[in-house]
Amino acid sequence: MPLAIRIYTRFVFLLLITTLVFGMLSSWSYLYPEIFNRYLPFYQLRPVHTSAALFFIISAATLCIILFNRDTLGRNATSGRWEQLFIFTWIATILVIFGYYGLKKFGGREYWEFPGWLAFPLLSSWTFLMIGYYKGWLKCADKKPLYIWMWSTGILFFFLTFIEQNLWQIPWFRQSFLRELTVQWKANGSMVGAWNQMVYGSSLFLMVMISGDKSIARNKKAFFFYFLGLTNLMFNWGHHIYNLPAHGWIRHISYVISMTEWLIFISIIQGFKNKLTEARKLRHMLPYKFLLAAEFWVFANLTLALFMSIPAVNRYTHGTHITVAHAMGTTIGINTMILLGVLGYALDIDNKIGAGRKLFIRSYRLAQGSFIIFWLSLVLAGILKGYRSVTLNITSFQEMMEPVNKVLVAFSVAGIGVATGLIIIVIMYWQAAGKSQSFVKVDK
Amino acid sequence: MLRLVWGTLFIAFCLYTGWVYLYCDEKTEIVQNDPSVAKGWELWQQKNCQSCHQLYGLGGYMGPDLTNIARDSSKGKQYMHGFIKYGTGRMPAFGMTDEEVEHIIDFLAWVDKSGLSQVPAEAVHWSGTYMIEN
Ligand code: HEC
Ligand code: HEM
Repeated sequence: MPLAIRIYTRFVFLLLITTLVFGMLSSWSYLYPEIFNRYLPFYQLRPVHTSAALFFIISAATLCIILFNRDTLGRNATSGRWEQLFIFTWIATILVIFGYYGLKKFGGREYWEFPGWLAFPLLSSWTFLMIGYYKGWLKCADKKPLYIWMWSTGILFFFLTFIEQNLWQIPWFRQSFLRELTVQWKANGSMVGAWNQMVYGSSLFLMVMISGDKSIARNKKAFFFYFLGLTNLMFNWGHHIYNLPAHGWIRHISYVISMTEWLIFISIIQGFKNKLTEARKLRHMLPYKFLLAAEFWVFANLTLALFMSIPAVNRYTHGTHITVAHAMGTTIGINTMILLGVLGYALDIDNKIGAGRKLFIRSYRLAQGSFIIFWLSLVLAGILKGYRSVTLNITSFQEMMEPVNKVLVAFSVAGIGVATGLIIIVIMYWQAAGKSQSFVKVDK
Repeated sequence: MLRLVWGTLFIAFCLYTGWVYLYCDEKTEIVQNDPSVAKGWELWQQKNCQSCHQLYGLGGYMGPDLTNIARDSSKGKQYMHGFIKYGTGRMPAFGMTDEEVEHIIDFLAWVDKSGLSQVPAEAVHWSGTYMIEN
């Protein structure tokens, strides 16, 4: 295994651990700011948490693509030099970003809260990845499997949306507050779609590998849902800004497009029986367990998202912890679960775990169980805030938040469970990555 | 066939993007050219106020939404100045000068002019969407 990939794998694990530790700290500093404000204020912890979370997802997604790419596109398709360049510049920039957070120097954009100039090294780094990836892609004879489409789409759209997200640095975009906010959330919304393409692509790849059924990456239905996802990536970002008095069509288009996701909802229900049979066959595999969990969280979060996409309902949920439930529900429940599954497969965790299997399964259960409480408390906190602010119209912020903050104690306690379970799993992955012959070789 | 669908979607995406940039804000009369607002906006970002506060409901959730605080007659400039300059038990102070605090207040007053964060009940259309008067 090349050194760069070894380092990158460790870096990905460290990002996940940072996310979890700083998530826990943020939740307590939210509840007890008087204690934290002096040394670790919420406004410093939250950026570390959210940036680490997004960098974890994007880095792990690219790591999976880099790992599998060599096997699917052909070992000689790329020299690997561009990927190495990507890995080192990417890691270095992220470290500088955390350094800035440590010094309380911010750029104040949602999730990407670092000073604006750091977008340039990140973008250059991504360009290196793109060159490496597309060079291999051009040479590859069989580009038909859907996961290759998804990886290629994700990498391209991350590049486009990342540029869009930084357009605010051009003065024209800042002449109007509504324009600035619209473009920022257009980019943020589509970027989530871009990393989902990368993550779902790897999940599909994993399913092909463990089921041995190549047709699942080539059938018409799969491609139909790919295009549905792509359409949503492109046109369904407006739900973030329904309440903005921007052009009405932005709202209407997003509303109509988001309703196409009912098709996904129906398809999950239809496929439920087959899923059960599949689960009975494959559930002894640890990586499959994560895919199964992701499947459950897709269903729960999709149900929530479908309602939040109706402006009349969004009126109550926007700006409340329901948004946080949606954000963490999808990033932990779907993205992190899939990535842990795919990385577990790549590390051949089933064969390396040995006597640790019991602890692994216990930690998995702890994380899932706590996560259900975590997610439900955020939803409940959001409903309470929506009801108290919109229906009861309570104007005093302290008074409005009082019962909400009580529910958030349950959230913060459950957060300790989620973090503990996942940290134990990451440590086991770390050990597995240390054993020689760490990555499985796949056969396409 | 797959490439055709992809290409068509991509072209539609590019056209829509251009349209959004040019026409998302129809209230072109409130072009921002006040240096104090620009400075206030910069400070808002550098101090990371958005990690605790929302504008149009977007941001962190520890503090209140500040989109329309400027029009709240029960609060006013003095009140805002006090919060931003000295903080509270929950909100930290940032050690800003009076001048810097004024820039932020100017920025918030400008944001307020762009619209209402809370959509009024009358704006909800029977189809579920909003019809917001611009
Ligand atoms: C650590 C979180 C945090 C940060 C960062 C923060 N605030 Fe606050 N702010 C609060 C909280 C919480 C309140 C509500 C009052 C309270 O609970 O003490 C508040 C209240 C306010 C109020 C009064 C709102 C009202 O309606 O009464 C203003 C104005 C304000 N903040 C402005 C700012 C500005 C400007 C910044 C950036 C320089 C900022 N805040 C950064 C947490 C924060
Ligand atoms: C893999 C694990 C995790 C991921 C990917 C993740 C991701 C995120 C994201 C994307 C946000 C932004 C949400 C928004 O503003 O809408 C967020 C916020 C937050 N997360 Fe997490 N998170 C993780 C784990 C945790 C854990 C274990 C805790 C512990 C309780 C936690 C506590 C928080 C808190 C307190 C916020 C801030 C909410 C606010 O603004 O009030 N997170 N997280």
